[in-house]
Amino acid sequence: MKAFADLLDRLTYTPARTGKLMLMRNYFRTAPDPCRGHALAALSDGLALGFPLRRVLAGIGERRFDPELFRLSRADVGDTAETVALIWPGTGAPGAAPALSDIVGTLAAAAPADHPALLTGWLDSLDATGRWALLKFLGGAPRVGVSARLAKQAVADAFGASIDDIEEIWHGLQPPYAGLFDWLEGRAARPALSASPVFRPLMLAHPLEVQDWDRLEIDDFAVEWKWDGIRVQLAARGGLTKLFSRTGDDIGHSFPELCAPEGVDAVLDGELLIMRDGEVQPFAALQQRLNRKSVTRALMARHPAHLRLYDALEIAGEDLRGLSFEERRARLEAWHRDHAPPFTDLSERLRFADKAGLRAAWEQTRAAAIEGLMLKRRSSPYLAGRPKGHWFKWKRAALTADCVLLYAQKGAGKRASFYSDYTFGAWSGPEGAPVLVPVGKAYSGFTDRELAELDRFIRANTVERYGPVRAVAPKLVLEVAFDAIQPSARHKSGIAMRFPRIARIRWDKPAEEADRLETLKAMIG
Amino acid sequence: MMQSWPAHPERGQRQGDPGSCTAYPVSSFAGGFPERLPAFSVPATPPLAKPGAASDIGHAMASSSNFQSWLRPDQSGLYCEPGGFHIDPSRPVSRAVITHGHSDHARPGHDAILATADTLALMRLRLGAGCFGQGQALAYGETLRLGEVSLRLAPAGHILGSAQVVIDYRGQRAVISGDYKRRADPTCEAFEPVPCDLFVTEATFGLPVYRHEPDHGEVAKLLASLADFPGRTHQIGVYGLGKCQRLIALLRQQGYDRPVYLHGALRSMSDYYAGRGIALGDMPAVADAPGKLAGEIVLSPPSALGDRWSRRFAEPLNGFASGWMRIRGRVRQRGVELPLIISDHADWPELIATIAETGAGEVWVTHGREDALVHELGKRSITARALRLVGREDDAE
Repeated sequence: MKAFADLLDRLTYTPARTGKLMLMRNYFRTAPDPCRGHALAALSDGLALGFPLRRVLAGIGERRFDPELFRLSRADVGDTAETVALIWPGTGAPGAAPALSDIVGTLAAAAPADHPALLTGWLDSLDATGRWALLKFLGGAPRVGVSARLAKQAVADAFGASIDDIEEIWHGLQPPYAGLFDWLEGRAARPALSASPVFRPLMLAHPLEVQDWDRLEIDDFAVEWKWDGIRVQLAARGGLTKLFSRTGDDIGHSFPELCAPEGVDAVLDGELLIMRDGEVQPFAALQQRLNRKSVTRALMARHPAHLRLYDALEIAGEDLRGLSFEERRARLEAWHRDHAPPFTDLSERLRFADKAGLRAAWEQTRAAAIEGLMLKRRSSPYLAGRPKGHWFKWKRAALTADCVLLYAQKGAGKRASFYSDYTFGAWSGPEGAPVLVPVGKAYSGFTDRELAELDRFIRANTVERYGPVRAVAPKLVLEVAFDAIQPSARHKSGIAMRFPRIARIRWDKPAEEADRLETLKAMIG
Repeated sequence: MMQSWPAHPERGQRQGDPGSCTAYPVSSFAGGFPERLPAFSVPATPPLAKPGAASDIGHAMASSSNFQSWLRPDQSGLYCEPGGFHIDPSRPVSRAVITHGHSDHARPGHDAILATADTLALMRLRLGAGCFGQGQALAYGETLRLGEVSLRLAPAGHILGSAQVVIDYRGQRAVISGDYKRRADPTCEAFEPVPCDLFVTEATFGLPVYRHEPDHGEVAKLLASLADFPGRTHQIGVYGLGKCQRLIALLRQQGYDRPVYLHGALRSMSDYYAGRGIALGDMPAVADAPGKLAGEIVLSPPSALGDRWSRRFAEPLNGFASGWMRIRGRVRQRGVELPLIISDHADWPELIATIAETGAGEVWVTHGREDALVHELGKRSITARALRLVGREDDAE
């Protein structure tokens, strides 16, 4: 428990990905089985311990500490579990702290009536950090800034394995993952690919840069529209279907209508969209369906989910990833002719005689309300990750607006000493008495040198401070580039910018000449 | 033992000192002080509590004890009338006894102060040579007759020179502890428990969630982080007087013998400690250091964490040595990656144990989280009152 507690403790304070990986790597290399397996479960998919932490704590709290002191402490600390961990009276000589595996094992055999005594005993035997970690562990999913993918990456790194190999067997494994660690440490063969559908890491695209375009040979690439949904992987095998997000989280529970295809045995790559009467609905409609634990019939009828397929990784148990894009596409089309579930279609292949035609199509994307184009090298196999030179995304040209810098906040990590997060506004109100209304926030698009200049400007022009936020004299114009403007009831301005970034700093432009809110509202589309 | 201490002038409270807190109302009872009271004489008629002169607190306590007849809070702080002096007053007075050199206790502008020699020296370093009129040093354990009271200073264990003020008056003894801690500190004398009737305590960490970890474990955390991140400068925020030097001394105790680099603001205090024979080892200035100090320890005031000053370092890793680092929310708020729970204040168990050890039947709580401490003492049948003295900065640890 001590090693796990130290790991959780340090993870919460370590912001950088590399730092988190280092901490987890060291833990997985040194912690014993089966404890590290339970730790891995807690950090990845979560552990279903079925321990009613809140209720048990409420029951024993009254007996263990003065309610008035607890109330005052809770107000100072701000977190109940942490308050309990800190206020818990030390019993003098701590007994042997329980191992994670003891806790899991004991809970599996315990009756609910035993819970208070068990928790009391464990808390008595731990120090403050241990008590905090225990409460986080019992709570199910400790929020320490680690994704399932990052935890698996750390396991892979710790034993020189590839994360793809781990992903492929992951869903066939159970905590505490004895088979996984036996294989990683060379004591056993690789566990069999899981019987249930597994996540295959996705192949991702790079933004198309000028030099990519210059080198691009039109005949080498397949072209499709870039769809405005979310990337998913439908994996079906043996009557089981999973719908994975791009990070490998199973989101099938939010889209039950996609998860019951009869007789499908395939791993398919595509875009999740909301489609009504043959029309793709805006992204906002899809947001209505995301992150829902349960879905009503009415919601499914109002926002019907649809899968637009563009690649096949596996069909009928055959791994297609070594094949070229052209070959995979042919297999996908053949499969779709024979098996197509009603809620799917294929992403259209676009054909162009030359680069001029391709560019002309790209220039039309905004008018056609399309996000952009995808260019995929026809000879490329399906490669996990973001390999260079194979797939490109060519987003439609950004919209721009001249806005006035209003507030700034410091960044994190390398930017901890720089004001690098900017809130900017546009003019509103009557002609004679214009006011600036915040319209967006951006923290990218500038060079390090520009960042230093902005930082200097902000420090020299601060008019007020609200905690970490500085209000700046409204005199610097930022040319903001963004993909789209959407109506928003949550913002005072009534609009929300999608993917804003700082395109240019207009040191030359007077603030009075920045854009008006009406101009931005006219861009809604 | 008799020592010189200037007679106090006509009024205990001075007004209109330039640059000081002139915005406060003038004390309503300043004019009621005995005039021309020589420093060490015993007045013919002992001063009594003046009707209407006591503060609200004094009224509230009238029923429980009679300490307020000779020791009570006024707008400047705690005032001992038969002795004719304030303790750690928040604005200029004629005579002040100062417990220690931190700026919320040792303020400039008093006509005369009495403190340990170290506190006097540290005040001059921090505030300038003219920060008080006359200074008189009193060693720990030496007794001084002041008016009708006798006074001595006892070590408080807080920082170098920190003292509790022990006042005896007509068979009653009050101990004003100032800030204190009970842990071993290689840079100052250990707290001496003094039996008393009235104990005046701080309560900076007066909540049961504050239980400081053992220092060696916290220092080990720092050393482990240096090993884990050898490419990063470890910039640790420390309070400039006390914490800085204690952290260096703790590092040396655990065998860390590399230079500890100092922000300019920490220089004079650290040199003073070293000059007093406290072994702190090599403490070069950051300004003189070559390179980006990757893998080195740099100490700075907390305000320099994540500031422009730290851009010179290699991927600075922010640490902060403070009792507040117990609370995760505070750690996150400050953007600290390496919280070190090292405090110069008593934690909750130490507050309770110290109060019990003094045997005091009455406790006054000067500043901090006094509600919880007053509540807890009430359960233990100890009369406890919150003084809520103005001007104390309990968050500045």
